[in-house]
Amino acid sequence: MSDTYTLYNPTVMDHFMNPRNMGDLKDADGVGEVGAAACGDIMKISLRIKDGRIEDARFKTFGCGSAIASSSMATELIKGRTIEEALSFSNEEVVDALGGLPPVKIHCSVLAEEALKAALEDYVKRHPEAAKAVAAQPVSA
Amino acid sequence: MASRGFSFQMPSVGPSEPISRVMRHVFLDHQSATPVLPEVFEAMRPYFTEYFGNASSLHQHGLRVRDALATSRKQMAGLIQADNPDDIFFTSDGTESSNLAIKGVAYANERKGRHLVVSATEHPSVMNSVEFLEKQGWTCTRVGVTPAGLIKLDELEAAITPQTVLVAVHHVNHDIGAIQPMREVGRLCAAKGVPLYVDCEASAGWLPIDVKDWGAALVSFSAHRFYGPKGAGVLYRNRKARIVSILHGGVQEGGRRAGTENVPAIVGGGVAAAIAADRLQARIAHTGVLQKRLWDGLSSRIPYIQLNGPLPGPDRITTNLNLSTEFIEGEGQLLLCDLNGIAVASGSSCVSKSLKISHVLGAIGLDHALAQGNIIMTLGEANTVEDVDYVVETFATIVKKLRGMSPMWDEFERGVIDSVIAPTGRGKSFSAHAAEVSGKPAH
Ligand code: FES
Repeated sequence: MSDTYTLYNPTVMDHFMNPRNMGDLKDADGVGEVGAAACGDIMKISLRIKDGRIEDARFKTFGCGSAIASSSMATELIKGRTIEEALSFSNEEVVDALGGLPPVKIHCSVLAEEALKAALEDYVKRHPEAAKAVAAQPVSA
Repeated sequence: MASRGFSFQMPSVGPSEPISRVMRHVFLDHQSATPVLPEVFEAMRPYFTEYFGNASSLHQHGLRVRDALATSRKQMAGLIQADNPDDIFFTSDGTESSNLAIKGVAYANERKGRHLVVSATEHPSVMNSVEFLEKQGWTCTRVGVTPAGLIKLDELEAAITPQTVLVAVHHVNHDIGAIQPMREVGRLCAAKGVPLYVDCEASAGWLPIDVKDWGAALVSFSAHRFYGPKGAGVLYRNRKARIVSILHGGVQEGGRRAGTENVPAIVGGGVAAAIAADRLQARIAHTGVLQKRLWDGLSSRIPYIQLNGPLPGPDRITTNLNLSTEFIEGEGQLLLCDLNGIAVASGSSCVSKSLKISHVLGAIGLDHALAQGNIIMTLGEANTVEDVDYVVETFATIVKKLRGMSPMWDEFERGVIDSVIAPTGRGKSFSAHAAEVSGKPAH
């Protein structure tokens, strides 16, 4: 075989084969675990948050190649963002950064968005003072 | 968990590196396709360029080709112990054959009755043909299978009514390799006077088939499963089954299947059938040894892995291993296998365009978590002991890598969820956990 055929584009394959930020965070400030209703897969994202900013992020995924790549990319994208920035994070950003996903695999990127939001929710629950700070922020258009 | 640092030592192929740098290629998806044997290819070659005639023509070019089709009919009949080669119809593949068998018999017997009986684990071409007929007013009973995937004979017997015009039971299951008790099924149908259709896609060329012994009225198979070309499907039909055409046009194939015959494929398919009949016992012996070595290797190297379907032995075809590896999903396993030169299939929902697990895994009552971790390996004649050993080593490494990435493995180790394969008594079930985190009722 002289050519390599892959199921996904090179960026997705790269994040699947060499996932970034895989694992758990010791002393995570927020952990979110969600399941995909469509296929039954599960994703977990852990965050370390300092001064209202996501300092570090890790993922663990039970799911397909797109799900693993999506969680890898999502954790890359959100590092360094403020909580309010992260709260408006959308799966489309993951899809764009990955250079596209097959239509049937879009839900895998939604799982990444949901896992991130669940982790933020967990953080806010554990740190009510942070919630007040976020709420006090002027909402930018 | 992360600090444990699972190392993935296999030749890791980056996206820019060609796959040919992988040390070994092992094709373990013979259920999907087999390479055309050189002697088959040689036999086909003149029928593209020299003997290009149409079998319907009355001149030399046509008559020569007609003769070649007759030879293939004999060879195909020989593979399934059919007495009369004229009972062999050529179709485009197994899907067309089962559509013709189901719809053809249903339409031909409409006045007699509009009820069909099929096993719950038939191929989609059977299941979807039946569904199509149900929308037009036919009724169908789907007969359940045991956890090993064998048809429940008492349920089958009870399902047959005076309105039943056809019973369809496959010989070997395409997913889990279960060999159905065809002789018993055949006796039952004969006693009730209902024609039996047997889908032999997964068995032809790999197991002895005797249509007379089963009393089968219809049998289908295709040559690309036993080293013939794609495009050479067969439907055997004896006089017991009335059938009408579902393709309308010329009077090819005795009026049962209109359309110009795919002559090169049919010629090659016939040669492949003759070779298959000849090498049948050798193929069974060879794949049987490899199957045992592969399962022994995988089950001793990998914890929490199980074989779905019957144990290797008289109830399971020697070519098939259907595996569930717990705490990881099937598509990831398939992709990493491919990147390491190993071609396999999976019944996980993530690899299906409908996001549903294989209906066969559902029918045997497999836990959703185990169905998600499904991989199907099907052996062939060219696989070697070295191939098998490479697959065992590589697959063990892949499982380790994916478990290292899986929240479920971690939660299992912490006692949050329990194993389905070997329950420890600690933690809740995977399904209950999945339902909790997805906010959906358990599967
Ligand atoms: S997460 Fe299930 S298909 Fe991708």
